[in-house]
Amino acid sequence: MVTAKASDLSETRKGPEPASRGGQTPGGQRDSTLKIAIVDESPLRAAILEDGLREAGFALVERIAETHNLLARIYALDPDVILIDLESPSRDMLEQMFQMSRVVKRPIAMFVDQSDSASIQAAVDAGVSAYIVGGLHKERVTSILDLCISRFNAFARLQAELDTAKGALEDRKVIDRAKGVLMKAKKITEEQAYALLRKTAMNENKKIAEIAQSVLTATEMLK
Amino acid sequence: MTATLRIGFIPLIDATALIVAVDQGFTAAEGLSIELVREVSWSNVRDKLNLGLFAAAHLLSPVAIASSLGIGHVRVPIIAPFNLGLNGNAITVSPKLYAELSGSADGDLTDPNVSLRALARVVSERKARGAEPLTFGMTFPFSHHNYQLRFWMAAGGVDPDDDVRLVVLPPPFMVESLASGHVDCFCVGAPWNSLAVDLGIGHILHFGCEIQSRVTEKVFALREQWASEHPGTVAALVRALAAAADFVEDPQNLTAVSECVARRVGVESGLVERALTGHLKVAPDGAVRTDRRYLVVGRDGAARPDPVQAAWIYAQIVRWRQAPMSEEYLATAQAVFRPDLYDAAVGKQAPINPDGSDDGIGAFAGPPFDAANIAGHLTAWRVKGSGRPRLLLVR
Repeated sequence: MVTAKASDLSETRKGPEPASRGGQTPGGQRDSTLKIAIVDESPLRAAILEDGLREAGFALVERIAETHNLLARIYALDPDVILIDLESPSRDMLEQMFQMSRVVKRPIAMFVDQSDSASIQAAVDAGVSAYIVGGLHKERVTSILDLCISRFNAFARLQAELDTAKGALEDRKVIDRAKGVLMKAKKITEEQAYALLRKTAMNENKKIAEIAQSVLTATEMLK
Repeated sequence: MTATLRIGFIPLIDATALIVAVDQGFTAAEGLSIELVREVSWSNVRDKLNLGLFAAAHLLSPVAIASSLGIGHVRVPIIAPFNLGLNGNAITVSPKLYAELSGSADGDLTDPNVSLRALARVVSERKARGAEPLTFGMTFPFSHHNYQLRFWMAAGGVDPDDDVRLVVLPPPFMVESLASGHVDCFCVGAPWNSLAVDLGIGHILHFGCEIQSRVTEKVFALREQWASEHPGTVAALVRALAAAADFVEDPQNLTAVSECVARRVGVESGLVERALTGHLKVAPDGAVRTDRRYLVVGRDGAARPDPVQAAWIYAQIVRWRQAPMSEEYLATAQAVFRPDLYDAAVGKQAPINPDGSDDGIGAFAGPPFDAANIAGHLTAWRVKGSGRPRLLLVR
């Protein structure tokens, strides 16, 4: 599993790329001329990915948010690399391109080399899949894919932190309401109400929010 | 208990045997611990199976063969020791196309021989007035949905590559695409056809079994290497699936099965019941058609892999130029289907070809299928003007 710290995000993997960036690469193309299409229904993640790719020197990055006429749009863009969220059902539409080389100008293969299942497994774990035009040098594709994996993981972490924060806010609300119920029913102060919740939680080996929720549920039933 | 096995599936009603095996305790009875993982695309199911992230999967039978041949994608040998379902697809058209077909029909549109002539007329008429070609949705390049649409229209002289557009659409997008006019027709499995009819935006024109009376739609797929390393587990899985398939076919269990599958697929149980009984509402006005062959799960030897079916799929792959004809490819394709593993696990020989279709396929048109002479079979199609057919003016 590939993990990345936030500080990793601004840099791609150390390799031949930084030296050759802007210069001629072994593939005979400049990285800045590589056309990359991002198909992602999550605008936030697509933006994170696009920023990362631009920082790494890929200038031609295009986002496709909607899936209607996906093939036609990709045909018009004629990208060298297509990155797509693994959770997007539209992946199956891309598979049609293997069958339609006369529609898409160049044959396209997913980046799953027989010999490279570790790399693709890391990508699948992170939730990204990449389709590349045949003939691109593997090292360069690997650097793009590594970057995507770290960006997808960073996005997943952001999402998890957001969910935790949301959960904490919900807990806060529940505890506040339970305190109010206890203060009214037992004619006690806010501090006393909180102390009571905390003591009960400790005795029952539960979270304060869980005890607070039980108070609210019980109150609702006794109404 | 062994380690938990992750098994991928797409929320479709032809995953019934697998869902029932897990949720009604048949896998647990074999000492297996299973986690069913719902997936969003066939590409994901295939890739996760190929990479070993899934021990097994509910898979389009042509994908199992394509993967074993290494066409369209990376070559990973797959085996299929159990059929999850025969048939189960339907061709649904928009009300507008239905009206056009009705206007051009020279008989009963429920007869595919009539509908294909009507389609050919509509297509040539559109061409004559310079209209956009009709667009047909199907689920995957390697699928019976693709092959059945092509078979049907080619039998009427319509070239699926030149005269119309065929596009891949994920099943959850089918209904919406028909409603918005992005496609005029689609071929997909249950419950999506019925959903389109219920919403009043589609007419079921044909059940898949009216195009071919018996095709292996979905298989229970495993990587060949993993299966050879875990023969005991594979046998236990096949026994659990066979017991589940028998349970599914007992009419007493219809409600329990429908509710169980509905939960996993995320639809009303009534829609599951329609598919399992082959009793489908086909038009927004409430007209119903019944065909017991609509989706066959366990009865009539449906679950036992049949190499003739693998040969049929390979013949479609060759016919539509996805791979060249070769005896080696044919042998590889046929070796994907493993009746030997089914027999070893279940310990009984299933009845063969109970439908009475002489060639085991029962296509509504064309020469009988001969697995031993695929090249000859395909040549016969070309002679009839449908191998790479030009549009015929049928008037």
